[in-house]
Amino acid sequence: MKRTIALAAGMAMGAGMALADMVAPADVTFGDYGDVEQSLTGVPGDPEAGREVMVSKSIGNCVSCHAAEDYADVPFHGEVGPALDGIGEYRTEAELRGILVNAKMTFPESVMPAFYKVEGFTRPGNAYTGKAAEGPLDPLLTAQQIEDVVAYLMTLTD
Amino acid sequence: MTLTTFKTAVCGLALLAAPLAASAEDLVVNGEIEMITEAEPAAHLDGALPTVRSGWTFRSSETQQLQMDDFENPAMIDVDNGMAAWNAAEGAEGKSCADCHGAMDESMEMVRATYPKWNEEAGEVRNIQMQIDDCRVNQMGAEPYGVDSRPMLAMEAAISSVGRGQVVDVAVDGPAAETWEMGKELYYTRFGQLELSCASCHELNYDNYIRADHLSQGQINGFPTYRLKNARLNGTHSRFRGCIRDTRAETFSVGSPEFVALELYVASRGNGLTVEGPAVRN
Ligand code: HEC
Ligand code: HEC
Ligand code: HEC
Repeated sequence: MKRTIALAAGMAMGAGMALADMVAPADVTFGDYGDVEQSLTGVPGDPEAGREVMVSKSIGNCVSCHAAEDYADVPFHGEVGPALDGIGEYRTEAELRGILVNAKMTFPESVMPAFYKVEGFTRPGNAYTGKAAEGPLDPLLTAQQIEDVVAYLMTLTD
Repeated sequence: MTLTTFKTAVCGLALLAAPLAASAEDLVVNGEIEMITEAEPAAHLDGALPTVRSGWTFRSSETQQLQMDDFENPAMIDVDNGMAAWNAAEGAEGKSCADCHGAMDESMEMVRATYPKWNEEAGEVRNIQMQIDDCRVNQMGAEPYGVDSRPMLAMEAAISSVGRGQVVDVAVDGPAAETWEMGKELYYTRFGQLELSCASCHELNYDNYIRADHLSQGQINGFPTYRLKNARLNGTHSRFRGCIRDTRAETFSVGSPEFVALELYVASRGNGLTVEGPAVRN
């Protein structure tokens, strides 16, 4: 019994801490050029997990618009957006985080979706069902997934 | 006008003319119906596209081939069904389409190229499907087929097939203007959580690959289209619905006023191309 209580307390504390450090979509602060300095979670990103997010159709699906040598093993690279080779050299972490959170803050009119935004859409749907969304939307990627992708992109150096 | 702008203007024109003459691929159906697959954009496009291109020009040569010969075009079975339905009496009045309209290839030759179209009596823009069901219900006393239903698509495919080769020329002015404006607005609205408009993909990115898909201009001169993917005829509104759904949006329904307006607007972007329906797509 004592143990369970301790455990529960520990879990509550863990959740509390994560929440305290996590920046909600509405609370993200952008710099003048659409960059986002502050980590969304305070937890360093995992590049491996970030790669997975980018190439998985069911998660980030970045590959449908962006090619990169590093994931050449994944078939069908799109060409709607630029190839991302070497992006870790000419973009800072803050710039990349900003582009992922809401690319339109960096590139007005961009066709790149905002991956960490939950409001301000026209006829938002319930995922890909074609039906209306029920209740508040989740962002396309979680805060940690954004951090993971940023970490992965930083490894793409020539 | 400065010298530079003048030069650009001249160059622009020259560039525009060249590909039309030189690189246009030839689509000739059954060795006799010559299609226009690349055309100069209509004035109402306001420079949005340098050249208007049929969806056919974006498909692989295997898929292209299937549309060049009616013996290979899998949609021709539906066309035959549509032709048979045209001649069959149905409904309380005991009439067939042919009883009132005569031979389809004469009375319906210009229909596909000019629809959606303003109907004065009804006071609305109608697409072909609305007109077909109007005739079924009000002229024949028969059950409506229903939007994008199988018999509806077969009839629409038959009516398109007799209009193949006609130059698309839907009216965008006069009483249709209001509906056309509504369609244009929808075309440029960024829907859904992905915030993508029709233009995001079909105007800004045609000819690019999005994952495995070679993006076309999203023209509808080939509708109803036979898709190899689902091995059947597909209606215009069902296609619109699929494209909007893919932006993580709540779509409109097939047959809705929004989709009729969008259909008119999208059809008008293809003015100058020829009717290809039923075309073959992947
Ligand atoms: C619908 C297509 C699309 C998708 C999906 C997409 N992007 Fe983009 N992305 C673009 C386009 C287009 C640009 C170019 C910026 C502009 O719009 O002018 C871009 C720009 C970028 C840039 C900046 C490139 C540079 O050279 O500065 C990065 C980084 C990026 N995207 C990463 C991603 C990641 C990571 C994902 C997935 C989580 C993603 N994109 C998903 C279309 C897309
Ligand atoms: C009893 C006579 C009658 C029958 C039967 C009939 N129609 Fe009609 N149809 C009309 C009339 C009258 C019009 C013109 C109506 C109008 O403009 O509102 C018309 C118009 C049309 C048009 C538009 C033609 C154009 O040039 O704009 C199409 C398409 C059409 N009918 C298809 C059909 C089909 C398909 C059938 C059978 C399922 C059918 N009709 C059965 C009387 C008939
Ligand atoms: C995310 C990108 C995207 C968006 C946004 C989009 N489409 Fe599409 N659309 C596609 C793809 C991919 C195809 C299949 C390949 C092709 O023909 O472009 C397609 C096909 C089509 C076709 C069939 C073309 C043919 O030749 O058979 C039509 C028509 C069409 N789209 C219309 C629209 C309209 C209207 C909208 C806006 C409501 C829209 N699309 C929005 C990606 C998109």
